[in-house]
Amino acid sequence: MSTGTAAGQNVLVSTDWVAQHLNDVTVRIVEVDVDTAAYDQGHIPNAVGWNWTTELCDTLVRDIIPKDRFEALMGRSGIGPETTVVLYGDNNNWFAAWAFWQMKIYGHQDVRIMDGGRKKWLAEGRELSTEKPSPAAATYKAKEPDLSLRAFLPEVQEAVKQGRAALVDVRSPQEFTGEILAPPGLPETCQRGGHIPGAKNIPWGKACNEDGTFKSPEELRKLYEGAGVTPDKPVIAYCRIGERSSHSWFVLKYLLGYPDVKNYDGSWTEWGNLVGAPVER
Amino acid sequence: MTTLRAEEFTRRRIELLGWPIVVETYRIGETYYCTISSEDPGARFARAAGPSRDEAERIALAKAERWLGQTRRRA
Repeated sequence: MSTGTAAGQNVLVSTDWVAQHLNDVTVRIVEVDVDTAAYDQGHIPNAVGWNWTTELCDTLVRDIIPKDRFEALMGRSGIGPETTVVLYGDNNNWFAAWAFWQMKIYGHQDVRIMDGGRKKWLAEGRELSTEKPSPAAATYKAKEPDLSLRAFLPEVQEAVKQGRAALVDVRSPQEFTGEILAPPGLPETCQRGGHIPGAKNIPWGKACNEDGTFKSPEELRKLYEGAGVTPDKPVIAYCRIGERSSHSWFVLKYLLGYPDVKNYDGSWTEWGNLVGAPVER
Repeated sequence: MTTLRAEEFTRRRIELLGWPIVVETYRIGETYYCTISSEDPGARFARAAGPSRDEAERIALAKAERWLGQTRRRA
């Protein structure tokens, strides 16, 4: 069973749905991890593994991968333009959501997220495999990048000046207030703590239930609209490096159907290191 | 061929060096795996594997303590 969204698009599938499509040749399941040791321990049978750090990010310039590398990644993963791609991963699907965002930037039509991610699959005691599949290579032609899904620094600076867009900081309250510079246990990667002036703090986790699944559209609408983030004006989501905010971007854009939502992947590691940038605490 | 699954899955919240963390442990085959995440925002920052639950958790918690010891709170 797949879950329909307020926007009328099927972008979320349950663990049950995935279990029923393990051998469906029209479906490619992909585990996206920041730490690929998780994939190596055991993954959903027939799932290919993507390393966020080396396969979804340019390892020289700070950027998403360019179009030709995206096409090569899809091709060697056995993904063609018509393939239904189901993404899941570690860290509560943060990096799966990044992959979803990047696949939409390059125009892939049918991409979905497994609700609850790797954590839910494991907790349910479902089948795992350590075999790495070798899918037949596919030919993939990506579309030109859709930059309406991505915010760059000048646009965020303009949003701060004009106040026309809602800025949503999805980090923890301790990061938002500048008490800490990075999530506990992770290296500090910025010079200043705080948040972009005018941003609302709506941590990513508020969109999820205890088991990692997304809350209902009604609950999500109440969460964002209650904080003044409404569909009638543009929204820019950010976090520290852009992965948590791609998760909230997914919620706003695809589960709630907000028409104009961008992920600012430069996020706090860009803003918090800028000389002269205004900061609120 | 043996079907692999995560078994004996447990999740608990504890405090370490004043930080709330989540400890998840499970067994796949003969190996126990432990991962440790911050409760908020939920980022995994330490993991370990071992032949028993206690050993996997002991190693993961030692790593977690080392990383958390480097996290500074600002006034």
